[in-house]
Amino acid sequence: MFWFCRTAVKGPYRVQKGNDMSETVAAGPAVSIRSMSKWYGDFQVLKNINLTVKFGERVVICGPSGSGKSTLIRCLNRLEVHQDGDIVVNGVELTMDMKKVEAVRREVGMVFQSFNLFPHLTVLQNCVLAQRRALKRSKQEATEVAMRFLTQVRIPEQRDKFPGQLSGGQQQRVAIARALCLEPKIMLFDEPTSALDPEMVNEVLDTMVGMAKTGMTMLCVTHEMGFARQVADRVIFMDAGQIVEQNDPESFFTNPQHERTKAFLGQIL
Amino acid sequence: MSALLEPVFGPFYSNVIGTLVNATQWTIYLSLTAFIGGGLIGLLFTILKISPIGWLRKVATGYIWLFQAIPLLMLLFLIGLGIPSFFHISVAPWVAASVSLTLFTSAYMSEVWRGALESVAKGQWEGGRALGLTFGEILWFIVSPQALRIATPPTVGFMVQVIKGTSMAYIIDYNDLMRWGKKIANSQLDGAEPYIIYPMVALIYFCLCFPLSKWSKSLEKKMATRSR
Repeated sequence: MFWFCRTAVKGPYRVQKGNDMSETVAAGPAVSIRSMSKWYGDFQVLKNINLTVKFGERVVICGPSGSGKSTLIRCLNRLEVHQDGDIVVNGVELTMDMKKVEAVRREVGMVFQSFNLFPHLTVLQNCVLAQRRALKRSKQEATEVAMRFLTQVRIPEQRDKFPGQLSGGQQQRVAIARALCLEPKIMLFDEPTSALDPEMVNEVLDTMVGMAKTGMTMLCVTHEMGFARQVADRVIFMDAGQIVEQNDPESFFTNPQHERTKAFLGQIL
Repeated sequence: MSALLEPVFGPFYSNVIGTLVNATQWTIYLSLTAFIGGGLIGLLFTILKISPIGWLRKVATGYIWLFQAIPLLMLLFLIGLGIPSFFHISVAPWVAASVSLTLFTSAYMSEVWRGALESVAKGQWEGGRALGLTFGEILWFIVSPQALRIATPPTVGFMVQVIKGTSMAYIIDYNDLMRWGKKIANSQLDGAEPYIIYPMVALIYFCLCFPLSKWSKSLEKKMATRSR
């Protein structure tokens, strides 16, 4: 049962921060997708997607529900498996090789709509677990890093609470801190504010804006167009499994090219 | 023990009670063997059943189907009588009984545990995967602790089924409570009529099972009130 144990990860895809390797990897794009397609059974959810995201770039992906934007972002850390084309993330091509996939996942943080915090663990334990297992950090180091990021999302005082005792906004901020604890190079957000009560949306968005200021590479599926205007370098509009249009936020919002983009913006703005 | 009981029950019944209680230990041993053995094998097949490798899942599914579909009595006959006569070997009744009950228990336990593991939200797996954890790590640190709470009441409840199931082992001459009860009830002694002996046997089974049932119920209640 080889999937049970974690073998020491060696080889070119093990990118350690601060050594020569990261220099060479960082030179390429953060994400490179080439003629990628995906089907659910007979239904094609993603059609011939081509997308390149540079390190440090902040991309917002929007579009009507069912347009495949969540599926696209979930393909980037192989929570979904694409059937055609190539996806290269942080210099590593995503294939059946689970060791490589796990290596990519350690460098790519993800924040979910439904938080996916571990309810049986405290806030601190949620943040420490993956550091201990995936990065083999000592308990002390993992705790220090966790507290640093819990402070960054402004809830260090909740460290010993369980997720169920927190508000939705607090839970999502813990989820962001948990992802940041692995010190990822790329952050993926899958509708991070959609499950929140309206009064809690801003505290999460503020955290994300703060993260954007640190130069983090971010891909964010969201309907928060204010956020897109404020931090995005590029806005991508998807419909029916295709990238219909992409542009800088100013041009995208003021001068959309396609009819479908105009219709969509007309509905949500 | 008979000496202690004698002033209350008289020489005959204190002897009967002593014999039955003495035989109960073999029922308990068989139950524990089946439960521990079945638990371990059940655990193995639970993991196979949810493993990411397709053919392992199929093996586990086949195993569970097979041993859930065969009646326990049939297993006892097959292993206690069929195999010995086919291969011309002797299989001790306790071996046959232990193996049969272990197979029976393992198939049920793995179904219960698989159900518990699968009732943990899918997002928990995704949360773990997105953090770069392996299948084994997610199972051990994230999903199992949550499934354990769900699985405990039905697991304890199934122990009752195992204890009652051991009573069938008398058919292949395993010397448990049931077999001694039957021996005494079949004897022609005065006072050992079936309507007297079998209720005594039933009472002993009740004393073994009832606390477990109660425990299972209280665990269930605890689970329901635990708000999350």
